[in-house]
Amino acid sequence: MIIMAGEKVADGRSIRRWRVTISMVVILLRVLALFATAAATIVMALNKEKHTFAVATIGNTPVKIAITAKFQHTPANVMFVIANGVATLHSLFMLSMLCFVRDKYDFKGLRFLTAAALDMVTIAVVSGAATAVAFMGEVARNGNSHARWNKVCDNFERYCDQGSGAMLASYIGILFLMLVNMLNIFEYGRLINPSSNNPLAA
Amino acid sequence: MNKTQWIPIVCLRVIAMVSTFVATLLMVTSHDSAKVLGMTFQAKYNNSSTLKYFVVVSIITTVYSLGALFVPPRKLGRHVLVLDMIIMSFLISSFSAAVGIGQLGKEGNSHAGWIPICGQVPKFCHHVTASLIAGFVAVIIYFLLVLYSLNNVLNLVAFKA
Repeated sequence: MIIMAGEKVADGRSIRRWRVTISMVVILLRVLALFATAAATIVMALNKEKHTFAVATIGNTPVKIAITAKFQHTPANVMFVIANGVATLHSLFMLSMLCFVRDKYDFKGLRFLTAAALDMVTIAVVSGAATAVAFMGEVARNGNSHARWNKVCDNFERYCDQGSGAMLASYIGILFLMLVNMLNIFEYGRLINPSSNNPLAA
Repeated sequence: MNKTQWIPIVCLRVIAMVSTFVATLLMVTSHDSAKVLGMTFQAKYNNSSTLKYFVVVSIITTVYSLGALFVPPRKLGRHVLVLDMIIMSFLISSFSAAVGIGQLGKEGNSHAGWIPICGQVPKFCHHVTASLIAGFVAVIIYFLLVLYSLNNVLNLVAFKA
């Protein structure tokens, strides 16, 4: 009897500590994902470079043409900005729901499903956008000789580098979002059943 | 997991397997050639790294769907769910990138000086379009599959007693 009572007390305390740790880790990961996707949005949205080409020479004066590379010229970049904006808003919304609305609203048992499903939708959208930008950037950097598409990045170095930086930030955001999603799915059993003795294993 | 929960998952997996297989086949057999000014252009899926990535991901998805049909759902249900999420992420990213490149081939990009190629190689473009439609079906099916598996795993984990 005494041994069983002792086990129950230790179990309750350790499970409570585990719940607090997991909640802290989830909040930290969501904040990191928020910063990563916000950085990706802002860096790509401010991506613009102007380059002056000397095209021909009339007499002694060269004829110059200024060409601007903006992020809107490629539809994949537009989708990237929109998708990362949505991911930032999603992280903001989830953080506010975790921190401010924790026990005040009755979700009728749907809290886990909404959080997991919304997380998955965000991961899907952002990963699609990031990969599209990655492959567009690959075509811009290397060209495609079979389709007679010339490479663009040798004239617009800063534009291409800024685009790749934004894409990298977005991939890091996807990683954090995936970690949060898996933590939610696997630790949900232990989070909602704090008073049970048997560990919900496997 | 009883039969009523397990049968829709099997059906969805079979449909996803078939559609990714069809997408792979259509993409691999797409080739066309055009004669311009005496030179012959060959358009194959090999020439674009995006389409190669799409083919690789489709093959991986087909093999994985086949293997996941034979996994005991009660013991390894959550691990299959995690793998499903990873594969869904791959599928969506490959489909999105391929559609981006397809739009580039169909309409070009005037700001970069890239002319559209679909006018010269229409058969290749139609094959790629059909393959992307099959890939889209696979994406939708996998998304539904992951959502449905989440519901089942929730029942397994939370109400084990």
